[in-house]
Amino acid sequence: MQFEILTPDKQLFAGEVSSVHVPGTKGIFQVLNNHAPIISSLGKGMVRIKTSEGEKTFEINGGVVEVLKNKIIVLAD
Amino acid sequence: MASLKEVRNRIGSVNSTQQITKAMKMVAAAKLRRAQDAIVRMRPYAEKLREILVNVSGNVDAAEGGAYAKVRPAGKILMVPMSSNRGLAGAFNATITRAVNREIRENYAEQAAAGNVHVICVGKKAADYFRKQKGMLLREHNDVYDQLDFEHTAPIVEQIMQEFLDGKYDRVILVYNQFKNAAVQYVQVEPMLPITPPEKTEEKQSNIDYIFEPGKGAIVRDLIPKSLKIQFYKALLDSFASEHGARMTAMSKATDNAGELLRELRLQYNKARQAAITNEILEIVSGAEALKGG
Repeated sequence: MQFEILTPDKQLFAGEVSSVHVPGTKGIFQVLNNHAPIISSLGKGMVRIKTSEGEKTFEINGGVVEVLKNKIIVLAD
Repeated sequence: MASLKEVRNRIGSVNSTQQITKAMKMVAAAKLRRAQDAIVRMRPYAEKLREILVNVSGNVDAAEGGAYAKVRPAGKILMVPMSSNRGLAGAFNATITRAVNREIRENYAEQAAAGNVHVICVGKKAADYFRKQKGMLLREHNDVYDQLDFEHTAPIVEQIMQEFLDGKYDRVILVYNQFKNAAVQYVQVEPMLPITPPEKTEEKQSNIDYIFEPGKGAIVRDLIPKSLKIQFYKALLDSFASEHGARMTAMSKATDNAGELLRELRLQYNKARQAAITNEILEIVSGAEALKGG
């Protein structure tokens, strides 16, 4: 699935991933293939992604995530 | 006619002025490109944010806009003009102060008479101007251009937002130059607070059945401050790009004018030189004639 993480200053990452962990305000949750559409606000924490080249993490202070049709977009602060 | 030496000196000074304006034009062009890049980088974030906000707020009452949407009678007004720290940018800064004055005159004359219109200036030039207007200048943020990114802009907006929430101000208005291209900037007078809720365009509503975590209201409350910050940041980036565009155009014109002046001066110089030579020959010839005659 497609993953994109954006800040107001730049795009941190965009590409194919197999799994994403995001720090939702109500707790960390994982997004896998064919996840139901969701919009969630995010708290302070780490966004962890799994790509074919290994794991990557991004530290965020908050933001919002949208998951729709295997496309995940994180707007981070 | 000016003497040879005078003209030569003027040519020298115009020449060095031209070199300066040319260099400034070049620098402005480079900075303009960087400023435009920043706008382009910010755009996907801004668009996505607005999209989500429209998506979420579709079924949420305007009341959910919360404290930021609260419309109070316009008692105290805060204007936020965005100017530059440096001059030599054509009419860039003058249009800003003029727009602020026009807005005050047309819509908030009463409040201004009561001393209830304040300004927070971004950039030295507007601050210099409003400092002379008694009691208007509240704060100035001049160092934001040193490192223009979202992180350093956010605290300015947060402070303004807090002041709105505290009821210190009932209206917050941004005044900035919107970037069209290097030669054209539009002055925007943009109300920032209270926010106008996103328009409910029914046909644009997606029927996607989103799960909202932790809930629509909470997300809207979370997103609105973000979108305010983005609005401010966008205005600032626009203003920054406009500044360099305006400076580039102004300096380009100055370089052209200097070139024109140089051309005229050189003509004058050559004429004077020619006249001096003719004079000299005349003297020699007439001297020789006089000797021969004797």
